[in-house]
Amino acid sequence: MSQVIVVTSGKGGVGKTTSAAAIGAGLALKGKKTCVIDFDVGLRNLDLVMGVERRVVFDFINVINDGIRLHQALIKDKRIEGLYILPTSQTRDKDALTREGVERVIEELKQDFDYVICDSPAGIEKGAFMALYFADEAIVVTNPEVSSVRDADRILGILNSKSRRAERGEPPMKQHLLLTRYDLERVARGEMLKLEDVVEILAIPVLGVIPEDDAVLQCSNNGMPVVLEPKSIAAQAYMDAVRRLLGETVELRFTTPPKKSFVNWLLRRSA
Amino acid sequence: MQPPPQSRPASDHKAQPFQLRGSVHTILCLRLLAPTDPEFLPLLRDKVAHSPDFFRDAPLVLDLAPVADTPPIDLAAFVAELRRMRLFPIGVQNATPPWQEAARSAGLALFGAGGSGSFPDRAASARARPAPPAGRRGAGLVITEPVRGGQQVCCPEGDLVVLAPVGHGAELVAAGHIHVYGPLRGRAFAGVDGDARAMIFCDQLEAELVAIAGVYLVAEDIDPRLRGRRVRVWSEGERLVMVPVP
Ligand SMILES: Nc1ncnc2c1ncn2[C@@H]1O[C@H](COP(=O)(O)OP(=O)(O)OP(=O)(O)O)[C@@H](O)[C@H]1O
Ligand SMILES: [Mg+2]
Repeated sequence: MSQVIVVTSGKGGVGKTTSAAAIGAGLALKGKKTCVIDFDVGLRNLDLVMGVERRVVFDFINVINDGIRLHQALIKDKRIEGLYILPTSQTRDKDALTREGVERVIEELKQDFDYVICDSPAGIEKGAFMALYFADEAIVVTNPEVSSVRDADRILGILNSKSRRAERGEPPMKQHLLLTRYDLERVARGEMLKLEDVVEILAIPVLGVIPEDDAVLQCSNNGMPVVLEPKSIAAQAYMDAVRRLLGETVELRFTTPPKKSFVNWLLRRSA
Repeated sequence: MQPPPQSRPASDHKAQPFQLRGSVHTILCLRLLAPTDPEFLPLLRDKVAHSPDFFRDAPLVLDLAPVADTPPIDLAAFVAELRRMRLFPIGVQNATPPWQEAARSAGLALFGAGGSGSFPDRAASARARPAPPAGRRGAGLVITEPVRGGQQVCCPEGDLVVLAPVGHGAELVAAGHIHVYGPLRGRAFAGVDGDARAMIFCDQLEAELVAIAGVYLVAEDIDPRLRGRRVRVWSEGERLVMVPVP
């Protein structure tokens, strides 16, 4: 059975696109046929982060409005089997996303894919609304910081009231919290919210905690999902999240400072 | 989503050249059992003469409940007599429309049912408050899911009970009481139809604003010691009272 998952946040720049790419790639690495759709019409970041921007011919908007067939617009990832990207247009605006058009594309993708991941734009306007409307599950991305947590709360309200499931009175959308850019040192210094505080405020289950990691920026600059750098802690944290999404029970990692071992101490002393 | 109900501040903004605040005073109340009795003024004069310090320039509210069924007397002349005893009548309570008229022309304020704050004597003011029209306290509403920022939950007839957190930027609106069994981080408007007896209860007070019958307090004006506590809020006159509950 196919699952449609929206990656959303309210606030901009918290790591939605990074997470949609990493989780989409992670699901494909786990053998699930996955398509990631870019709903950020006019900005178009996903294809860049996933390293396919030079292969875009047709896009999501062409499929909705211009009679282009879905398979003409879908881009197959060359590194990961079963991973596809549906890029969006940089020249059109959000009004090009019609509800009927989006529905038609999502229904068609559901025939063929195990997972459809919708990378939402920031805000609570049309693009964000279209990205969440048809979803079965939501990954709410937030940073450990007050304004981003408030916007996440706001988005949770919209998921509960404005989605198709809510309108039809169907069982509520499954909601997951993904806390990204978690910087242990800044949390310890009290400059950022603790995981516990965020969970207390948002009151939804935690899908994952992704540490602040330079590998994220390096990978996106190189056009590859961070999970393709498996040694990085961000990749490990994202893969843990993917396993939880698939129903496994996986302990949270990278949420407490590493123990300063005797060996580390010796190493630092001799350095 | 509707805008929040009309409200007025419990304390006005500091940029203004004045500050309007609710306050509670204990005011002597003179019940007019038989104001036309020729012995009324002499007996009262006697009483005042016994404790002149206590009565000197004491503000006074005239309770007109006992004379509701009799035609009004010349209140202006009556007030002048009381002034001569160094009593200071400032208003009336429980006045029927003819008595209200008389009070107005005598320059007296209307407390209780006919005016605003009725706080000279708690029991009397409770009695003076109008009973809610029949059927006004209608269906209550119980919410079991978190109320998120940007959402408004409205219970236009009765009490609103929320068994989950209420987020920043969320709004609760009820004709009756509001109970939140969890953190209240948003705004709560109880008694929106003007029922000043409505109260707000919450397990963890983090509210941005609480209001009862239109009198409100914003976060900045809430005693920081009450933050995070289990709290009960009610209205007294034009003032909100907030106390921790165990
Ligand atoms: N775990 C992380 N560690 C370090 N940097 C990160 C991490 N996650 C995201 N970033 C950086 O944060 C920035 C924003 O990320 P991203 O584009 O994924 O956010 P977004 O929510 O999609 O933004 P928008 O709202 O504009 O669509 C990028 O520069 C990205 O490299
Ligand atoms: Mg993005």
